[in-house]
Amino acid sequence: MRSWLNRDALLQAIVLLAVVAGMVWLVGNVQSNLERQNINSGFGFLSERAGFGINQTLIDYTEDDSFGRVVVVGLLNTLLVSVLGIFFATLLGFSLGVARLSRNWLISKIAMVYIEIFRNVPLLLQIMFWYFGVLRNLPSPRQALSIGEAMFVSNRGVVVPWLEAGAGAVWYGVAFAGVLAGGFWLRRRALKMKLNTGQASRVWRPLALLTLALFAVAALLAGVPFTLDVPYLKGFNFRGGLTVIPEFVALLLALSLYTAAFIAEIVRAGINAVDKGQREASAALGLPESLALRLVVIPQALRVIIPPLTSQYLNLTKNSSLAVAIAYPDIVSVLAGTTLSQVGQAVEIIFVTMMIYLSLSLLTSWAMNRYNQRMALVGNAS
Amino acid sequence: MQMFRQIFLCFGLLVMATLTVSSTAHATGQTLELVQKRGHLKCGVSQGLPGFSTPDDRGSWTGIDVDFCKAMAAAIFNDASKVKFTPLSAKERFTAIQSGEVDIIARNTTWSMHRDTALGVDFPVINYYDGQGFMVRRDLGIKSALELDGATLCTNQGTTTELNAADYFRSNAMQYEIVAFEKADESVAAYNSGRCDAYTTDHSALYAQKLKLTDPKAHIVLPEVISKEPLGPLVRQGDSAWNDLVRWTHYASLTAEELGVTSKNLKKMSRSSNPAIRRLFGLDGSFGANLGLSKQWAVQIIGSVGNYGEIFERNLGVKTPLGIKRGANALWTQGGLQYAPPIR
Repeated sequence: MRSWLNRDALLQAIVLLAVVAGMVWLVGNVQSNLERQNINSGFGFLSERAGFGINQTLIDYTEDDSFGRVVVVGLLNTLLVSVLGIFFATLLGFSLGVARLSRNWLISKIAMVYIEIFRNVPLLLQIMFWYFGVLRNLPSPRQALSIGEAMFVSNRGVVVPWLEAGAGAVWYGVAFAGVLAGGFWLRRRALKMKLNTGQASRVWRPLALLTLALFAVAALLAGVPFTLDVPYLKGFNFRGGLTVIPEFVALLLALSLYTAAFIAEIVRAGINAVDKGQREASAALGLPESLALRLVVIPQALRVIIPPLTSQYLNLTKNSSLAVAIAYPDIVSVLAGTTLSQVGQAVEIIFVTMMIYLSLSLLTSWAMNRYNQRMALVGNAS
Repeated sequence: MQMFRQIFLCFGLLVMATLTVSSTAHATGQTLELVQKRGHLKCGVSQGLPGFSTPDDRGSWTGIDVDFCKAMAAAIFNDASKVKFTPLSAKERFTAIQSGEVDIIARNTTWSMHRDTALGVDFPVINYYDGQGFMVRRDLGIKSALELDGATLCTNQGTTTELNAADYFRSNAMQYEIVAFEKADESVAAYNSGRCDAYTTDHSALYAQKLKLTDPKAHIVLPEVISKEPLGPLVRQGDSAWNDLVRWTHYASLTAEELGVTSKNLKKMSRSSNPAIRRLFGLDGSFGANLGLSKQWAVQIIGSVGNYGEIFERNLGVKTPLGIKRGANALWTQGGLQYAPPIR
């Protein structure tokens, strides 16, 4: 028995060694061949000056910053559209999935038509549709639609007033984090109390008091470090405020609507997978249908829903790379696009881009697997 | 998708770099031999830029860059049709030439020091002197690029234009916002729908793209030229014989124009006693043989695509929809920059 195990281990070690040696040989070969062809290699370019502008940056960025910072700017833009896309797609997908099973004929058919349309048209076309379709019909900045002379909608995007944070703003951040933590703790306490004694405890009133207290402290410490930045028209475009560029809106819209159709089908399948008896039992206990759905059916359906839902989240994140078609500055656009052509080192840059997507996907999978474990059917402890 | 193509090309480069351990054909230079053995030239062009390289209504490629590759094929095979054109996006082009997917790229590409020294490519010659400019809507009432403070610019990604625009606006203390598309078609469409105040790229391309707008007359090209954009074909570094062939293909068509030799008067000119013409025609000297070609190489070029002047007028000149004047691309004898070293 023991000798068999050893032979297995030995074989595996040999294979592993061969794979590693092969990789080392490959990398060395690529390097020497690139050198022989006088093509630059290595990652030195990351610290060089980028020299080009990017029209949506979540952190400070100018042309003087390095290509390394370009990577961060692009990554944050990808994250922004992916996270928001996942949020809206989940919200809409769950509603559609439930609507699809509604006994109301009209609601269920509307959901069906939606799903069939959005699921069956290629995503790239949908992105182009939202981008060019919507863009064409918006006025120029000088004729912008104005909402209360503070918010403007034009073909340059949506410009809204924005709070400019000054020096002491970090205290407000701390206060906000405190409120979140407090709320979380209060909820846990209330749940525990309900489980142990059956008594409901107050959550909202102490939370409101906590919020008030924490922000009062923040105000005492830092005063009011915010100034309102209202956009105004100057020359060609609006200055000041916060601009939501049309590329972002089109991409977010297309990604959310497209993925929602798939999530709706997953949710429908998940709900259908819950035994009919569960619903009947909750009806027999006198639970109204909405509560039965929320407390009995969906928690059980989630076990079926989460694994395929994870793949949809991964798909959405990867699909966000189609941004390149409509000039949204995501990681593919700024790194595997502009940076690649300025620097010309395809091997390194495509490698970095692939690693970034791989890390994002693995992280998402890991988080969803954790969530799935929590949702999994807990075996009878006794 | 472009991304897949990019990865595919990159993968190709990797495989090539890995496998060509012993066979060093690409680097030490037998491109001409390879091309002759294959029977056709593989030429990388743009995805559609009127006047430079664009497929016509019957699907055959036309333009000054297309004619460059045809001239190469005429010199090598005495048959200008022995070219396979591969449309490439701006960011794919260098990988395509590095990986050996094409033998030459004639894709309105700016010769810059970084590209020449860091990418393993060579620029043998300049076939069009260009410079970056701006196109705006006529009704904006703008006369100069210096009035563009705060403007939004549409442009193509993966070009020198993004950098030039950044430099220009910065050195004139003006603000701008840039929207960079992967394909020229999409950036023109976005400009057309009002996403941007100005479209910026090389002057020649501005005139070409203007034709694609809904109402070309409603747009004007501003007079400023904000950069030097010497456009020319490029080849893999390390094969100087191939380099020579590319360079002298262009110089042969320039020399022909200088000497008044056209595709129409070839027969008459072949009887000329002018020694310069006799050398061009391969009647004296062994210039063709030194390039690894036939004696008639230059005659084959001029006979199939004409001299530089004919190529220019046919694709870009004042009688074409683009209506571009010779300007900097006139012969040096007429105040331009096109100057060929002597064939002797």
